[in-house]
Amino acid sequence: MQAAIGKVRSRGSARSGAGTWKAQRFTAIANLLLVLWFVVNAIAMAGATYAEWVAWFHSPMTAALMILLVLSTCYHARIGLQEVVEDYVHHEIGKVAILVGITLVAALLATAGVVSVLMIALGG
Amino acid sequence: MAEFALPKNSRIEAGKSHARPEGASRTKTFRIYRYEPEDGKNPHIDTYTIDLDDCGPMVLDALIKIKAETDSTLTFRRSCREGICGSCSMNIDGHNTLACTKAIEDVAGDDVTVYPLPHMSVIKDLVVDFTQFWAQYESIEPWLKTYSTDPAKERLQSVDDREELDGLYECILCACCSTACPSYWWNSDRYLGPAVLLQAYRWIADSRDEATGERLDELEDPFKLYRCHTIMNCTNTCPKGLNPAKAIGEIKKLVVERRL
Repeated sequence: MQAAIGKVRSRGSARSGAGTWKAQRFTAIANLLLVLWFVVNAIAMAGATYAEWVAWFHSPMTAALMILLVLSTCYHARIGLQEVVEDYVHHEIGKVAILVGITLVAALLATAGVVSVLMIALGG
Repeated sequence: MAEFALPKNSRIEAGKSHARPEGASRTKTFRIYRYEPEDGKNPHIDTYTIDLDDCGPMVLDALIKIKAETDSTLTFRRSCREGICGSCSMNIDGHNTLACTKAIEDVAGDDVTVYPLPHMSVIKDLVVDFTQFWAQYESIEPWLKTYSTDPAKERLQSVDDREELDGLYECILCACCSTACPSYWWNSDRYLGPAVLLQAYRWIADSRDEATGERLDELEDPFKLYRCHTIMNCTNTCPKGLNPAKAIGEIKKLVVERRL
């Protein structure tokens, strides 16, 4: 029986969303540059041996950019999936559960990626 | 989850086919969505064939002719018949537009399909329920808000400031854009939709309005504003040639810029 304007106003504005919107665009630009860097280098190293790849990862700049690539990709994917869930999932508890799941998987993949890069970069 | 099929009581069935006019050389067949809430039946498509030599040029002319001469039960909203009141917004030939400014001859093929605006509750035939849409419009407080002392006569605006409102003030709130937007289809209970956001920007862009910060505060919300993914169906379908997607982009830009 609530009036239409009451339903629309509901609990008001969350006063957030701009940060996520900005981060999505920021990571999109970062991904573009980092993937370009990675692809160019991967092509340049076509046919390289395992030892040569490991040596490439020993460069601090290579390791740093690889870590940024992993973090930026995982963060961007998490935001993108969050948007999809917010668009299509209308069951409130299900929505929260999926968003938590997405965040945990993204965090796990990001951490595993960073650890992997560090193991190669710092390994003997 | 999103619904990919219509509920059982919304599935459209075949309806009545009315007789073709005798002796007509140029005809067009109108396939019109019909729904009568009181008869308990599903919506259906009725077919009417019009003699184009005995009818005005617009789709609204044909609807009025059908109502006057063939089937007085056909129900639709109309008023100004010149694209300024926004009453006769409906889905014609697969596009949301105004029946009064859509020429029959611009519809390719022999048939003209006429449906109500998509994803709105149908009251009867082509008339949909605008209650939520008007409440959303009301929620953005579409009036001039000021803190400065009222001037003796009027609030002046430079020619350049006035030009900022071009492309915004022309909106007639027909809801063609909002009801063409998939984000509005899935989340119209929380997303304001392109028409209302364009109207919100109309007041944000007004040099005389002094409540821009409060307006941006109210709009900065994952659902009210950020369900817009720049799909641009809104801009594609606007019968007034406006660009709601750009207005929404401007709001997003202002919300971010004030943080820098």
